[in-house]
Formats: sequence, structure tokens, C-alpha cells
Amino acid sequence: MSPFLQAIAEAKASGDPGRVLQAIPYLDFLGVQLRQDPADGSLLSILPPDDKLIGNPRLPALHGGVVGAFLESAALMQLLWASETVSRLPKVITVTIDYLRPASPVETIARAEVTRQGRRIATVRTIAWQQDPGRPVAAANAHFLLPQPDAAAEETGRGTAG
Amino acid sequence: MASDPPRDPSPSTPPPSAPPPSAPSGGPLKAAGLDLKTMEKMIRLGIPHCAALGVTVEAVSAGRVTFGLPYDRRFVGDPERGILHGGVVTTLIDTVCGMAVMARLMRLLPIATLDLRIDYLAPARADETLYASAECYHTTRSIAFCRAWAWHQGAEDDPVATCAGTFMLNSVGKPPVRRDIEAEVRAATGQDAAPGGDPA
Repeated sequence: MSPFLQAIAEAKASGDPGRVLQAIPYLDFLGVQLRQDPADGSLLSILPPDDKLIGNPRLPALHGGVVGAFLESAALMQLLWASETVSRLPKVITVTIDYLRPASPVETIARAEVTRQGRRIATVRTIAWQQDPGRPVAAANAHFLLPQPDAAAEETGRGTAG
Repeated sequence: MASDPPRDPSPSTPPPSAPPPSAPSGGPLKAAGLDLKTMEKMIRLGIPHCAALGVTVEAVSAGRVTFGLPYDRRFVGDPERGILHGGVVTTLIDTVCGMAVMARLMRLLPIATLDLRIDYLAPARADETLYASAECYHTTRSIAFCRAWAWHQGAEDDPVATCAGTFMLNSVGKPPVRRDIEAEVRAATGQDAAPGGDPA
């Protein structure tokens, strides 16, 4: 098993989802964290504020690309967290991001829900908010190609960690 | 714009691979503070996240802009294969679309992304610069419509990702860059009036 998949397996075994993030350089660069919602144990992705994530210093606001990347990452983490076994990374096929409000440079939280888990395709809906969960700043819908037992036959889609 | 050449309206079809011509110096883009050098300065000084990524401006013409992003291991999403994270592609595309809107309207103005639909067609190659080009193909008083594509050198017809995006114009009453950068841009272009349109 590769070091990366090993890290995912260990993170799941230890119940500490944050260990997955250390294995993905870009999520480490963004500073993404994971925690479990104390209310229901569901997985939350957290993006702490950081000057290097700002897209518009005059508002100020986080860069839209950062918000999109964060939503895509939260969707992938939910898939990894919910699946029984991880043999390879799911690949993002498409992602649609709706920008609902300017994202201030404060802590951003995202929750993802697998709306459909098929054998080959999973569809994940993600919502991000800041101070108020009732006022989301962005939402995304993503389709992932899931790793197959005969994975060599599956070359469509993008080989990314989310 | 009536002078735009006709194009395939499908956002998933990239335009021909001929590199977009850079704006001739002294043209309307230069007058608007949207020539290549000034745009690069806007990114370096005015968009901290793009500066942190190391985004470069490769080409600017009316309604069309190309950015570059040198490969960097910090931006990898799949450590197995060294492939860039999709979020980096999103950032590059979001920003280049915004610049293409300004390069079509020939002025600096505040723009907010409404939505982006990104299709990941192929993995971005490790160790290669990723380019992203955007074309703003239609605007109304309030909205701009763009398509964008991310590609590697020599393979613009075979993109890594394609995107359709919509943007709100004059989203806030503030110009898109800080006053000190505006001043630099004005000094560089010899403009008297402050850039940026009136708030909607």
C-alpha cells in the first residue's frame, strides 16, 4: 500500500480524520482542518483564515478559487470518510460551485452529504458557511468516479485528491 | 461586441489553439490599465492568493486572457502521481475569467463570481506549467458569461479542464484593487480618471 493510502487507512482506524490532510500537499498549503460535529458525529471541514487566501483585499474576501477548492476537498473527504475501504482515490469528474455571499477572511466551515452513492459514480453536495449556518457563503455539487476493483479499466476523469 | 469573431458557443469546446495575440502597446487595453504588465502587477500586488500561487500573465487581448502557473509540489492533490489539486485549477480559472471580463469591457471593475461549472477532462501533468485561458463571450448590464480551459504547452486543443462561468458586474461599490495599486496602475498608463465603473 502506498504511503498516502496508508495514511488514509490509519486516519480512519485512529478516528482522526485530520491525518489524511497532512498527506495532501495542497490541503496542507490551504490549512484545511477536519473535525467531527459534536452534535451528531458528522464530518466538518474547516478553513481557518489566512492572509494568503485573500482574493480581494479591499472587501476583504477570500479568493473564490480557494472557496471552490475547499468545497471540492470537503466533498472528497466525506467520500473517503464514509467509505468502508479505500483502495484508490475517487476522481472528480465535474464540480459546480454556486457563490452565494462574499466569504470574509474568517473561519469557514463546510459540511458535505453524499446524495447518491452508486457503484461507479458518487454525487456529493457541499455547503459552506461562516458565522451563521443559515447564511451559506457557497455551495457545490460534485460527481466523482469511484475506484473499481478492476481499476485499470477506468481511465476517465481526473486523477486528483479532490 | 459586434467585432467579436463567431465562435462555437459550447463551453466544453476549446477554441483553436493559436495563442491569443498580446495587446499592442498603447492600445485600448493599455489605456484601460489592462495590458499584460499592468495586469501582472495587479495580480502580484492586489490578489494575494494568486501571488502566493505564483500566477503569471501570458497573454491579453480583447475579451481573452491567458494565465500560467508553474508546477509546484505544494499544490499537489494526488501525492501518488504528483497531480495538481483540482482546487488550483479552479483558482486559476476563476481569476482568468474575471480578467477576461475586464479585458472585454476595457475597464477595471468589481466582479463577483456567481457560479463555475468545471469539467476535469484529464489529469494535470506533473512538472509542467499549467495554462488557463478564458474568453468572455457575452455581457449584459449586470452579468458576464465566460468559458475557460486549462491546458499544457502544445496541447491547448486537448485541455485538462474546461469551465463555464457567470459573473456579476459592479458587484460592490469599490474598485477591484487598493488605492495605492490603482495609483500605480494610473501612473503606468497615464490615466487621469480613477479606474472602475460606477456601482450598479
